[in-house]
Amino acid sequence: MSTVQTSMPAQAAAAGEPSLWSRLSGNRNWAAFWFMLPTAAFLILFLAYPLGLGVWMSFTDERIGRAGAFVGVENYQWLWDDSIFWLSVFNTLLYTLIASAIKFAIGLYLALLLNRHMPFKAVIRSIVLIPFIVPTVLSAIAFWWIYDSQFSIISWSLIKLGLIHSNINFLGDTDWARASVIFANVWRGVPFVAITLLAGLQTVSPSLYEAATLDGATNWQRFRFITYPLLTPIIAVVMTFSVLFTFTDFQLIWALTRGGPVNATHLMATLSYQRGIISGRLGEGAAIATAMIPFLVAAIAISWFGMQRRKWQQGSSND
Amino acid sequence: MSSVQIRDVRKSFGNFEVLHGVSIPIEDGEFVVLVGPSGCGKSTLLRMLAGLENITSGTISIGDRVVNNVQPKERDIAMVFQNYALYPHMTVADNMGFSLKLRGAKPEEISSGVKRAAEILALTPLLDRYPRQLSGGQRQRVAMGRAIVRDPQVFLFDEPLSNLDAKLRVAMRTEIKELHQRLKTTTVYVTHDQIEAMTMADKIVVMHDGIVEQMGSPLELYDTPANQFVAGFIGSPAMNFLKGNVKVNGAAYFEGPNGVKLPLKSAPANSDGKPAVYGVRPEHFTIADDGAEAEIVVVEPTGSETQVFAKLGGEQVVAVFRERHLFNPGDKVRLKPDPALVHLFDDSTGKRLNG
Repeated sequence: MSTVQTSMPAQAAAAGEPSLWSRLSGNRNWAAFWFMLPTAAFLILFLAYPLGLGVWMSFTDERIGRAGAFVGVENYQWLWDDSIFWLSVFNTLLYTLIASAIKFAIGLYLALLLNRHMPFKAVIRSIVLIPFIVPTVLSAIAFWWIYDSQFSIISWSLIKLGLIHSNINFLGDTDWARASVIFANVWRGVPFVAITLLAGLQTVSPSLYEAATLDGATNWQRFRFITYPLLTPIIAVVMTFSVLFTFTDFQLIWALTRGGPVNATHLMATLSYQRGIISGRLGEGAAIATAMIPFLVAAIAISWFGMQRRKWQQGSSND
Repeated sequence: MSSVQIRDVRKSFGNFEVLHGVSIPIEDGEFVVLVGPSGCGKSTLLRMLAGLENITSGTISIGDRVVNNVQPKERDIAMVFQNYALYPHMTVADNMGFSLKLRGAKPEEISSGVKRAAEILALTPLLDRYPRQLSGGQRQRVAMGRAIVRDPQVFLFDEPLSNLDAKLRVAMRTEIKELHQRLKTTTVYVTHDQIEAMTMADKIVVMHDGIVEQMGSPLELYDTPANQFVAGFIGSPAMNFLKGNVKVNGAAYFEGPNGVKLPLKSAPANSDGKPAVYGVRPEHFTIADDGAEAEIVVVEPTGSETQVFAKLGGEQVVAVFRERHLFNPGDKVRLKPDPALVHLFDDSTGKRLNG
């Protein structure tokens, strides 16, 4: 409300009419403005301002407890020659691409499965959501035990089955560590993809499938020519979110590996935290975080073009 | 083109039987309308014919082949759905050509098939549009076009006109009938609208609660309904029913509610004093001096005719006159049913009693 009050005199001076207040409170467009103001203020204060500050900080040599001076692109030059930074970029891209692809494949498969008529449908759908509602850190700790080098239940089971002879060093070996964190991320992310795609599937009229059946379509053809094209808009939305969440993932990695072994699972987010907060070099941490922005913008741009209303969605509907 | 035989078909969902042994013979090229109130099983029967529902018992054959276990796509039928079921992401041409494409037809074959069907239905200028860009009537025609392209043995229509407005419904009704006269493909058409049934059918099958109440030509059903249900279902405004007793006291007559005396041409054998239901169609009333006294309640002129609601022996009846009577509510008139055209039904079974 204070924002509303302070902005008033400036408005009044600009227009300079006695009936201004009644015009501002009565006009529909202004009413829309007043309604948007609280949200806008909230977003500016907690999203735009920190983002702007972060970007500004990346151009300074600020450290914890010491105000920084503007140093231009020095932080970025420094990062450009930093092999660990480039390793984290590679890790992030690998992590995002593989995890998102697997999440999409499993999520779509689950959605198709859950869209069928089966007993206890509602219960099964709720169970699928469980990984999504467990707090990330809790599931990460659970995975930490599952991947433990000595007490891992996976290693134990495989040894008992006689398939291997010694424990697998899940989080200590470079490749195993990468695979392990990707698996944990997939486990967490699948429900979101599956439930959202299921919602999309349920908007497809059953009579379309019946018509296609009569037209002679096989199961695969029904998916290929009916389900998939009708689902593309929702796939674009859900995969954008999935990619953004995965790309910026922090909690899971930090709880499982803290970026190790030998930085093999360091993502840009964890590296930024390590450099900025743990080591106290806020400017450098901010530069790493800022370096994520172009990737995220690119992901959003791709989906924005993907999400544009297709020709068949346009035109009037007389339903 | 092909004949269709439905023999003693039953359908259960779990323990609940919705069709109790339905038999319908359909001749090659015939236009058969399944009509009945909602829940009578007509759509289920059509879907069983299409292969979208399995058959609990009995047989359905198309041509000489029993199709109980034949896949829908191999039954050589085409279906028009109530909501048209057009693929929203395909153009009109792609919608119509989809079945040919799945069948592996060459592109030239598909486009010539689509073109032929589009010409029949005057859809040629719309071929590049998407379903959303079409009006209700145009979508309806595309749905029919999709069926025509396949050149099937049997056309199935599932309440195809119920999503259209009244005027368009009448126009499309004529169009479908004309199409059938041109293509002469065996057609099974489901509707709950008895006017659609009357105007389009070669043969009407009236269904009710999972059984066939009567089948026959539209006028057969109109003139000699087999029971009170068919009598009440066919015809608009519906037939008037008056409860009372048959009297044979010298000449036969019907004693209606509150002793009102109604004419009968002849009484069925041994029916003196028997309780029965007297049925008379609204247009079979005349104003005559020897008619029964009735009090006018409401007068509804429609221009071409006048519908008169009146109390006859305390029961409300409706009469339709071609002439323009200037009645007012409260007026007393003498209504006389045409004795040659009245119907008599059994009081308990509802079966027709007179010839």
